[in-house]
Amino acid sequence: MIDMINIGMDIGLLGVLLACALLILRSGSLLAIILLSAAYSLSICALFVILDAVDVAFTEAAVGAGISTVLMLAVIRRQDESLHAPRWPSAISVVTGLGLGLLLIVGTLDMSMYGNPLAPVHLHLAPRFIGQSGAETGIPNVVTSVLASYRGYDTLGEVVVIFAAGLSVLLLLPSANTETGEEHEDRQRRAWIADNPILKAALLRVIPLVLLFALYVQFHGDYGPGGGFQAGVIFGAGVITFGLLCGLGKLLAILSERWVSIGMAAGVLLYAGTGVAAMWRGGNFLDYSTLAETPTAGQHTGILLIELGVGITVAFTMISLFICFSRGRD
Amino acid sequence: MDADLSHWIPGLFNYWVAVTLFVLGLVIVIDSHNMIKKLIGLNLFQSAVFLLFITMGKVSGGHPPILDPSIEIYSNPLPHVLILTAIVVGVATTALGLALVVRIRRVYGTVDENKIQHNPDVEPEIIP
Repeated sequence: MIDMINIGMDIGLLGVLLACALLILRSGSLLAIILLSAAYSLSICALFVILDAVDVAFTEAAVGAGISTVLMLAVIRRQDESLHAPRWPSAISVVTGLGLGLLLIVGTLDMSMYGNPLAPVHLHLAPRFIGQSGAETGIPNVVTSVLASYRGYDTLGEVVVIFAAGLSVLLLLPSANTETGEEHEDRQRRAWIADNPILKAALLRVIPLVLLFALYVQFHGDYGPGGGFQAGVIFGAGVITFGLLCGLGKLLAILSERWVSIGMAAGVLLYAGTGVAAMWRGGNFLDYSTLAETPTAGQHTGILLIELGVGITVAFTMISLFICFSRGRD
Repeated sequence: MDADLSHWIPGLFNYWVAVTLFVLGLVIVIDSHNMIKKLIGLNLFQSAVFLLFITMGKVSGGHPPILDPSIEIYSNPLPHVLILTAIVVGVATTALGLALVVRIRRVYGTVDENKIQHNPDVEPEIIP
């Protein structure tokens, strides 16, 4: 019965995804497209829950429906261009699309059926991780232990990519120091949605809870769905909501750009520093077993530390992105 | 129970939807002249790959991979790890693309590719 409901929801949500994608293709308004892509993200996030990927759904909800929508809106906020949406796709895209689509469909015919437990992907590494990660790291959430310990190098790389992207945006959109003080003042004071007192009153009370929830997701990520990436994005979203409500000026008065930059770097340093500490104590880089008395306790400590590093870098990068995009002068 | 259900829907339906989304994303990237819409097309393209990976990780009757003594079947955690980090990296790289779009708009006054290419009057100048 439950399987039947799951399959029904699966098909329904896939339909919603297709509808959103088609509407995005045909729509001529950027605002509509951005909101449709937020709806798309929310639907795919529900689909991830049905497919048992709770950690992924968590991230997608905060990133896709939350932060990337805000960033896109910040870009079109001052200058929305109407699009000349083509009524029908051009010949070249139809040929490319159909050709590639058919090839990929032929490719899927060799794949294992949906949910087949004997599919090749489930036979090699996964049983090892599911069977032994609990004893080796002392952490029930296999996604967290694989992400932070077994694939620690990989995750370090991804955190560096996020840091580098945040840094590049800072370089591309530096502080607007050419505008006059008055213009600057005016922009700083102007909030996005401050005109709506109900929204402001309600959301300002929600923000502390969002930040608290982010901390819960951060530190409970070992035992339930969650972890540094999700917590960082949720924390960033909370701070960004404050910026949306009260204006960039107030946000920068509380959290200066200097501290945001320091935060971005501090997370990466904490992550890499944990790896170096493991070497210092006689292990390999990012081999946390040496960090405490027993290997399991060491793993647990190491995972906690690097997840914190991930959370700090992600949160401050998201805040920095918001600051860069909302202070533009075009 | 599961065997019956596999007749209900073709076992490859999820993959085909992922392929369709992939193609739609590609068509948006090729056809739209607006760079912001192009970036959204790229995001669709990307999320189709996410859907493909997560579908492969699903095991019938499985549970989310959080260990508990009362549960025996778990879905595969590896695709989850890959996609979880890819989503956050994806938003960071999208933001980089948007920053480039903002810079292009400062120089040309538009983010429409056709207008940029067919307008020889605009002299690109570097604005810090």
